[in-house]
Formats: sequence, C-alpha cells, structure tokens
Amino acid sequence: MIAIIDYGMGNLRSVFKAFEAVGHQAVVTREPRAIANASHVVLPGVGAFGDCMANLERYELITPIQVAIQSGKPFLGICLGLQLLFTESEEFGTHKGLGLIPGRVKKFSLDPSLKVPHMGWNEIQVVRPAPPLVGIAPGSYYYFVHSYYVEPVDSTIIATVTEYGKPFVSAVWKDNVVACQFHPEKSQAVGLQLIKNFGAWT
Amino acid sequence: MLTKRIIPCLDVKDGRVVKGVSFVNLRDAGDPVEVATIYDREGADELCFLDITASHENRKTIIEVVEQTAARVFMPLTVGGGVRTLDDIRTLLNAGADKVSINTTAVQQPEFVREAAQRFGTQCIVVAIDAKQSGQADRWEVFTHGGRKPTGLDAVEWARRMEGYGAGEILLTSMDQDGRQNGYDLALTAAVSERLSIPVIASGGVGTLEHLYDGLVKGKADAVLAASIFHYRTYTIQQAKAYLRDREVPVRLDPA
Repeated sequence: MIAIIDYGMGNLRSVFKAFEAVGHQAVVTREPRAIANASHVVLPGVGAFGDCMANLERYELITPIQVAIQSGKPFLGICLGLQLLFTESEEFGTHKGLGLIPGRVKKFSLDPSLKVPHMGWNEIQVVRPAPPLVGIAPGSYYYFVHSYYVEPVDSTIIATVTEYGKPFVSAVWKDNVVACQFHPEKSQAVGLQLIKNFGAWT
Repeated sequence: MLTKRIIPCLDVKDGRVVKGVSFVNLRDAGDPVEVATIYDREGADELCFLDITASHENRKTIIEVVEQTAARVFMPLTVGGGVRTLDDIRTLLNAGADKVSINTTAVQQPEFVREAAQRFGTQCIVVAIDAKQSGQADRWEVFTHGGRKPTGLDAVEWARRMEGYGAGEILLTSMDQDGRQNGYDLALTAAVSERLSIPVIASGGVGTLEHLYDGLVKGKADAVLAASIFHYRTYTIQQAKAYLRDREVPVRLDPA
C-alpha cells in the first residue's frame, strides 16, 4: 500500500488517481500508523512553503516523514514535497524545511522576458537514472509550475536537470528518496510511467 | 526549453458541453469527460472548463465533471465560472482541478484574489479578464458578468494589479474578437504580456492555425486558448502543434 500524505495542501486526488490508473493501491492519509505501515510514501504538495511546514507541524507529520525516510522504504516527493526536504527556503522570508537534504530553495531570478512562475511543459535531462526514471526517454516533457527551485549542497544527488534561462535541478535521488520539481501526476503518459515505476520500486 | 501551451476550452452548462462539438467516434459529444479524453489523447497541454451554469443548484454538476475528468485525464485542468468564495476554490481543487479562474469576483472584491493566492498558492489562481477596445487607441476596458457590464477599469492596469495581488496567470479574452474567427487581439495581448512577469493566455478569436502562431509570437502570449477550431475538428491539436513547430515555436509534440 502506498501512503500519500495529506496535510491539507494541494490536489491530492490527482496523485491518488494516477496511482490507481497504473494499478498501484494507494491511500490518502495523515495517520502516522498508515504511513508507518505503507510500503511506499509520497509527499505531494502545492502552495506556500511556510504554510506547508506549518501544516506538517500541526498534523504532527514531521516525525512520521523522518521515520519513513530512515526506514529505507521508497519515498517520492513532488513539487513542494521536494522543496520541503531541504534545509531552508527563501520563500516569503526564510523558512526552515525538514532538513533531510542539505541545501536551499531559491527564487528564480531571471531575464525579465522569462515569466515566473515557470509554468508549462519542459524537458528533463536525466543525469542519474533513479529507479522511477528507468525507461523514460531522454528529453521527455513534464509539467512544471513553480517559482522556486532547489540547490542541493551535494551535487551528486542530482537526478535530472531542466533548462529555464539556466539549468536548474528538477529531480534528486538519494538512497530511497526520489523527489521531483515537476508533476508526474499531471504529465500524461510519461508521468504515469514514472508513477508506475515508483510503485514497483522495492 | 519551456514550450508554449495549447489549451482547448470547453463551455459546460449543467454538466454538458455547449457550443458545437463535432467529433466522430464519440458516443456522446456533449459529455465533457469524453471530449476531455480525446483532447488528452491528442496531446493538449492543458484543459479549461468554463462553467456557464445559470442556476446555483446546478453548480454541483461541474464538480462531478471535474472529478470524473481528473480520474481519467492526467494533465492540468483549469475550471472557471461562478467562483465566488474560498470554499468554491477548495471544492474545485479537491475535486481534481489544478487551477481556478476568477473573473467577476476579482473585480467586485480584489482582496479575494489576494486571500485565495495566500491560501492556495499563486500557482492555482488564474485571473480571467474580458476586455474590449475603448474609444482611445491602445486602451481596453475590463467587462464583467460574461461581458455584459463595463467596469471603467483599464485592462493593462488591472492585469498588473492582479499580478501584484498574487494571480499566477492571466487568461485574457478579447470581447471584440471572441467568436469572430479573425484572430486574437494581438495589440491587447502584447500590451498585457509585455508588462507582466506572470504567464498570459491569449483567448478569443481563433479561426486558423496562423492565429495561434500570431498570438504566441506577435502577441507574446505564453499559451493560447481555443474552442471552436478544435471542437469542430477544423484542426486537431497535433496539426496545430506541427504547424507551430514547423515555424520554430517551441511546442511539446511527441514523435507520432
């Protein structure tokens, strides 16, 4: 059973339906026991970084997330669920993140002709083929919508990069954790492939 | 490279597609979920549902449409029409919408846009602007209530203000061009897009593929919305994308 963590942010139904569509059983939950018993854990999320951290605290989800990651079971962060793993974010002042991956979350600072949020379909270049990325064709397009990007201290964890004015990190892979800035649950066939791969990852 | 988006728009009334849709091989061309599935297969970049249901009682039908669509189609979905409260937004997002578009309520209560963006994130708040040329050159006035009510607001100024309030995107419809198939209002689109740092979706007036190209290149839009050219099968989404790719507009087009 795949646990999709519900902390009151974002469109979780799409993530749930995407797992269902590829034949993986999933549950949307904020119960620590369900997260502990799950074979895989997903941390989705859209919204503001500070609000999301506040909600994770309010629902007492920080420890269950840390425990899940330490247990070695496959863990997928999506969009804000990637950013939250980092040390801190500069969104609306400085906010501390979960601190599970050393690094910062920074705002795009680009040529004024490039719009922010970075919104739409963009290519990913796979640097390290994490198990959920196996079989994804080079230069596949995924759907992005974000104004901030991650900068990990350890560049060896970079799994994919994407170009927007300059290259930025669009996914990381560290042990049992894969986290992506793009939305596989909104990226049609290539997105479902990633979701399917993640559910099959052991 | 970030690609330009092609967004088919469906007008939905009481849970059914209105305006003509002429697909072959569809059991029910009035079913928005079936039409959405076809556009998904053709590689549309996003979908937009505009709920034009007149009565409050029938609002729940759009929720069902969104739920069923989100269960079958895995691409971004924007829903507009009748969004008045934070609860309306929450309900649509929970049903599977990724963005909501706000039009009349934004004009009536601009603070609502700020609250909505703070609560749900700027990425899911689209402000829809219906604009019409005013007497003066290069000036456009904002209208509300489906284009019936003038507001006295200047469209470019209004778009900038909405960006400041936290809108993540502007859906810009030219009322002068809408339904005429003469092309987007390129001066309006460029005027808004050049002065904003958030994405702008051009809408209103598409009749040919060249119009899509002009909207993206001359109008500097980040995305183009169209209804009838896709509904009536004048062109498929792939034909539109192939046309744009051949003219060096970056689009997402899988090799067939």
